[in-house]
Formats: sequence, C-alpha cells, structure tokens
Amino acid sequence: MRLARRLAALFVTSGLLAGACSAPSAGPAAPSDGTFVIGLGSEFDTLSPVMGYAPDGGSLIYEGLMSRGTDLSLTPAVAAAPPTVSADGLTVSFTLRDGLRFHDGRPVTGADVEYTYEAVLDGANNSPIRGDYAAIEKVDAPDPRTVVFTLAHPYAPLAQRATLGIVPAGDPLTGDRPVGSGPYRFVSRTPGDKIVLEANRDYRTGPPALARLVLAFAEDDNVRATRMSAGEFDAAILPPKAAARFEGQPGVTVHKVPSADYRGIMFPLGRPVTGDRTVRRALGLAVDRQAMVDVVLAGAGAPAFGPVSPDTTWHNPAVTGAPAGDPEAARRLLQEGGWIPGEDGVRVKDGVRAAFTLMYPAGDSLRKELALAVASDARAIGVDVRLAGLDWDAIEPRMSTDALIMGYGSPYDPDYVNYELFHSSYARRGFFNPGGYDDPEVDRLLETGRRSGDPAVRRQAYLDFQKIVHDEEVWTYLVFLKHVYVVRGAYEGVRPGVDAHEHATGGLFRDIHTWKPAA
Amino acid sequence: MRPAPDTGGTLPAPDRGRPGLGPTAPGTPPGPETGPESGGVKRAAPGTRPPRRPSDGLGRAIARLVAWRAAFAAPLLLAVTAGMFALAKASPFDPVRQYLGDRAVVTDPVVAERIRANWGLDRPVLEQYATWLGNLLRGDLGDSRSLHLPVGQVIAERLPWTLLATSAAIVLMLAGSLVAGTVAARRRGSLLDRLITGGALANEAAPVFWLGLLAISVFSVRLGWLPAGGLTDAASATVEFGDLAAHMVLPVTVLAVSQSSWLVLYVRESVVGVLREDFVTGARARGLRERTVLVRHALRSALLPFLTLLGARIPELVTGAILVETVFSWPGVASASVQAALAVDFPLLAALTLLGTLAVVGGNLLADIAYTIADPRVRTLGVG
Repeated sequence: MRLARRLAALFVTSGLLAGACSAPSAGPAAPSDGTFVIGLGSEFDTLSPVMGYAPDGGSLIYEGLMSRGTDLSLTPAVAAAPPTVSADGLTVSFTLRDGLRFHDGRPVTGADVEYTYEAVLDGANNSPIRGDYAAIEKVDAPDPRTVVFTLAHPYAPLAQRATLGIVPAGDPLTGDRPVGSGPYRFVSRTPGDKIVLEANRDYRTGPPALARLVLAFAEDDNVRATRMSAGEFDAAILPPKAAARFEGQPGVTVHKVPSADYRGIMFPLGRPVTGDRTVRRALGLAVDRQAMVDVVLAGAGAPAFGPVSPDTTWHNPAVTGAPAGDPEAARRLLQEGGWIPGEDGVRVKDGVRAAFTLMYPAGDSLRKELALAVASDARAIGVDVRLAGLDWDAIEPRMSTDALIMGYGSPYDPDYVNYELFHSSYARRGFFNPGGYDDPEVDRLLETGRRSGDPAVRRQAYLDFQKIVHDEEVWTYLVFLKHVYVVRGAYEGVRPGVDAHEHATGGLFRDIHTWKPAA
Repeated sequence: MRPAPDTGGTLPAPDRGRPGLGPTAPGTPPGPETGPESGGVKRAAPGTRPPRRPSDGLGRAIARLVAWRAAFAAPLLLAVTAGMFALAKASPFDPVRQYLGDRAVVTDPVVAERIRANWGLDRPVLEQYATWLGNLLRGDLGDSRSLHLPVGQVIAERLPWTLLATSAAIVLMLAGSLVAGTVAARRRGSLLDRLITGGALANEAAPVFWLGLLAISVFSVRLGWLPAGGLTDAASATVEFGDLAAHMVLPVTVLAVSQSSWLVLYVRESVVGVLREDFVTGARARGLRERTVLVRHALRSALLPFLTLLGARIPELVTGAILVETVFSWPGVASASVQAALAVDFPLLAALTLLGTLAVVGGNLLADIAYTIADPRVRTLGVG
C-alpha cells in the first residue's frame, strides 16, 4: 500500500516560485531567523545516497563528482573538471577538487569516492540503485585526488550517473547521521515528521543565504495545502488542484515546472488485438490528450507522443501528433486494416473482437482517470477497452497479457530507462519490457547510444529510436506531467528546469542554496 | 469483605499462573482467584510449606510470581512470533517491492532477486523462522527494511516518545477515572451520575481513531487551539518543553479518555458497593466527616480490584496507542508498527510485536505484584 500511496503522490505536480509580486506584507513571508520550511508529500526512505537517496542530485546534503544545473547541463562538483574517457571508452578518470571537506572536517578524497561506488555495487548491501551502475566493473583511487572507473562496456551516460552523492569512507550505510560535502549540513531528523538542515558555512561556492531548512513531510495533499496557507510552510509541492487556491494570492507564486515524467499505455505485444500495429496506431490517433491535460491534470501537463520530453535537447520534433486527437483518421485506419464494426459497435477482424483489458494501479487516481478517458476515446472508434484497477502484486503477473497505464521518464539521458524498456534483452523480464518488444534495429540504436562517445552519433541514434517506437506505436504515450510548487515570499535565484519523475528536493529546490531573499 | 461490584462479572482478572491460560486470555474467570478462597491459586502453588507470617512471605511471593510469569512468557512469545511469521508469509504484499518503493518499476529484476536472496526470502519458511529466532537469541534484531535502520535503533529512538505519551495517558486516565467514578458513586442516581455513566458507556462504544479525528476537527481545525499532530512545530529544530506539551495534549487526552470508560464504571460500582458496607456505616456512625469516609475508607477499599483491572487493560492501551499515534503522527513505536505491517517489514514488525507482548505480560505482572503488596490475604493464602 505504501507503494500505491507513493505512486499516487507522484502525480503531485508542481511548480515554483518566488519572486513574488508584492511586498511580503501579506502573510508571513520568509521568517527573519532564516528558517525556510518546505512541505513535501513523501518522506525519504533513507538519507544515504548509497541506498538510493537522490542519486540524480538535489540532495542538498551531499555532492557528487558532477552536479546538474537547471538547464540539465553537468558541471564539476567534487570533481575538478569533466572526466577524461579513454579511446576504447572503458576507462573514465576524474580528478578531484582540491581542499574540499566533508561537514565534519574530513577531506574529500578518492578513497571516499571509491567507497561510495563500491558500496552501491556490493550486492550484499541491497542497494536499490545498484542496477543503474551495472556498467561499472571497478573503481580505483590511485591517489587522493584521482578516481578511475573501469567499465564492463563503454557507457556514455557515466558522467550523468556521477551525480551520486559522495559519503565519507567507512561511514555506515544507514544514513541516520548523514555527512556529506553539500551546501547544507544535517541537524536532526524526526521520523515521519521532518528533517532539519543548516547552511554549510564552508560550502565551496559560499554559504547559502537561507540559513536553516526544514523539510516537513505531510502525506495528505489537503493537509499540505492547509499548512501552506496557514503560513507554516514557506514552500510546498502540491497537486495542481490543491495549488489552485494560491493562484493570484499576493506574496505567493505558483510555478508549473515541466517534467519528463510521462504516463502512457504499455501494450502486451504478443496478443491478437494489442499485437496489431493498426489497432495501436488507431488508439494513438484517437485519444484526446489535450482533454486529459485540461481536465485530469487541471492544466498542469502537456500532451505526450514519445518517451523523450520535448523540453530536452534529445527530443525528435518529428514525433508529434494532434493534441486533441483525430478519431476520423483512426476509424479510417481500422477500416483499411480490416477491422469492421460488428453488431455491438465494436470492430471485428477474422472473428476477433477489438477488445482488450487496460490495468491501472488501484490506488493511483491520476492513472485511473487517464484509463477512463482512454476507454471512452477508444469506444468512439469501435475499440472496447475494459478497465481493471489492481494492486501491483496482481498487475505484475498479468503484464504480458493485459495493457497497463504506466509511467516513467527522465530528462537526464535518453539511455535512462529507455534501454531497459525497449531492448530485447529485457523482454518479458520484470516491469521493463513485459510486452516482449523485440526489434533488432532498435536494439542496435540503443546499444549505439549507450556505447558511443560521440555526442552527434548518440543524438542521431536516439532520434531514429524515437521515430521507430512512434511509428510502431509500441506504447501509446498520453501526457507529460508538470510539477506544481508554491512558494511564499520573494526570492532571487529561483530557476525552474525540467523535473524528473522523482522530484522531492531534486526539482525546483535543487539549487535552493543559491536563493536569496529579494531586497 | 471485599465488595463484588456488579460489573465484576464481565471484567477479566489476571490469571494467577495457571498453565494453559495466557495472562490476558479473555474469558478468564474473574473473582475467585483474587480472593482468599481461590482454587486456582492452590494449583499454582502446590507447596506444602508451613504457613508463614505475612511479612516473611512478601519477597518470596513476589519471586514466585515473577518466576511463574517468566516461565509462561517464553512459550507465549514463541507462539506469538510464530503466528505473526505465518501471517507475514500469507500477506499478499511483496516485501522486496515495498522496500524498493517508487523504484520498484525501474529496478533490474536481477537486483531485486539478489535482495530477495540476501534476505533469505527464497528459503523455506521454517528455515527463515529458525534463522530469525537464532539471531534473536544472539541479541540481533536485524535491520528494518522499510526504515533502513537497525531495528534496535528504531526502537531506541521511538520508545521514549511512546512511553512518554502512554504514561501521561495512564496518569490522566487514573486520576480522571477515580474522580469521575467517585463523584458518580457519591451522587448515585443524580443527573451528574447519569451524565458520567452514560458518557462512559457512549465513549466505550466510540472507536479510538474516531475520537482522535473528532478532537482534531474540533480543537485544531475549527477552534485552532492545539496543533493537529507531530511532535513539535514544523519550523522548530529542537524539542522544547512548551511546544512538546502543546502537541501532547490532544493525543494524551484522547488516549486517556478512550481507555477510561471501564475504569470510571468500575470505580463507581466499587465505591457504591463499599458505601453499603458495615465499616463505612461504622465510620459514619463515629461521626467522621463524609469526605474522610469517602476518601479514606470507601475509595481505599474499592481500589484493590482497580489495580487488577489496570493490568488487564494493558492490551487495550497498546492497541489504543497504535491508533492514537497514527492519527496524531506521533513518532513512537506504535505508529512504526503500522508502517512495518504495511511494508511487510518483518524484522521490525516482529520486534515490535515482541515488545507489545512483553508490555502486556509485564503490565499484568506489575498489577499482580502491586496487588500482592496491597492485600496481605493474597500473600499468605494465595502464594505462601
């Protein structure tokens, strides 16, 4: 159930804020003692990067070899410069910044980097993110300022993965007394309630202006909205509908930040109806994505036609369509493909009814509403979609036979997740490719993208890959979510970027250490 | 001489160490065992030593009581953990998926299988249980899967908050029930009595979580007098007394009120019974003030069964604490057990269940020891 609740919380979308339009006379603005309270929807499972805390950056407490700006570009953090990669792509070396220290005064050395990555890779540690670092064969620190990664195969996104926070060598992996080298140091944690951080005065780019941060957890969206309007929170992540009441309030800014977090239909490709490309393409034409954005997402979203967000540079502009759908074209396609309307209005071909089951996780109201919209749009073109709201444990064994409303998406590197979702080596394994998609050309493109050290070659590979999965309609993509953040008071330095699926402090608050109260 | 209140017949009394019945087994026959004529006591204490003077017997009686209870606790704990293990196995939730949380759908199946193997979830059930039991005997409670911390540490961090809230609730419950029950007995049949008795009955019927939500709705949302939950204000970094006290008011009061109905009714019936006794009539006849009669004579005498009752109420207090902590986001062990159950976090759930069982056994033991000290008849006749 926890999973279900948290998946529901994911569609909490969001936005941002800050530069408020009026003087902070309305409502309590930034407290004079410099404490800034952020209301978050779900508590962190752990505060150890090794165990999966904010591996893509934005942890505030930790810093990785690299860090990511709001424009998604990588800049060196613990590392002094971008890595050097050997000609065969199998050796990646980082030189560390000089004089960097952890919050407790210990110097940050190559041994700490080695310890961090090896702890992730050690199967005995049960790290949930180990699979993301599977390309790394070993990590060496020949001297305190050098780290060398030896890879099992060339892996272009390694620098993107290097945002993983570095922990001091030998520190326990429980993360209950987290020590890092990031802009904020850990003060206290009340489980189920909040985490208190204070500014790291020795931070390499200078002390953060907001001297004290409180990350308060309130799972219920309405509770969070109430506490936000009561002035208890200075900022909060809210679902679009709960954030609506803050629109236009003086001193409060609502920001809707685009994300790469999509929802779509994952098809079982080995079945008679969903295995027919004509049916899938007709469905992709028929759905009214604009209505989903306007109604289901209350405007906080964008139509999706492929797995790569149009807000990133990797997007193929040819992968697009009519936001409001084109049911007429869909009907024509089905008719030409031999799907003829039967007596009950549902099309039939060779005695097979155009009907399939669409599952969604029962606790996730966003996916439920999307599934309802899909079923109604499908009905209009003569395709019968039966809905089934199930628990994940019931969904998993059925994924190879029934369609599922699923969500993934990362803005960082197109290799992330797409390799697993579309490569034949993951066919019918776990959640990745249960439909059994298997296309040698796509396999080749994904491998090229993963291994090539040439950005132009990678780019072309991913453009071609997007075109193929769009033409084949392997998934029907529905919407990209926008994350909604509400911030009270006027701040300089608030820069919305493109969020990932996970966005607690990785979204708008990623660089809160650069925020400054506006004069 | 001890009054037999009308409600006595429906109340569980602690078992005096008879094999075959748990200390809190519902339906344990009340009454006889707490009196000098108890047949059960004889079975529990078959010794044939010569009678002793009461003062000699006290230490020995308590030692015997503790030894009996300890002998009981071992098989009881074994049965409880085995039962819970079986339930956890039957749970439809997959512990690995719960552990991975949001990441379950982006985790390579190979990684998930390795975690499953590391936890021994792919081993036969009996082997898993034996392993856990062996670790427990060595003092290793394991790591909480949902909180990513050693179980011992989770309990050490949270237990003080639970003890604080429940002990405050017990004190409030005792004081409140004594006053309300005595007042109702003194004014028996009056409007006040009807109000207290009726209120107690209605309260007994109200679920704890409903009371909690009602209190939040009235005092936090509508009136805005008290915080709705948590340990301290969101913005405070340290635990300060005033802040903590404000946050304690609602959970402690709700817990105390929800557990007090039986006590109020019991005290009322006890006092009503004692007020009819000869010695009370005698005290009145000697011209003692009514207040002295009520407090020094009647209430004191009525208190003995009260101790027994308190021990028997510990299980409900534990259950109540779970609900109250959850409703008020109180970071204690009881709310952690809900989390552990939902996440199929077996190591944490097992340790917390053990803790709850021990609280019940220990609570009963304390009540009986107190009774042994308070009532010489139990000492001399019951255990000597």
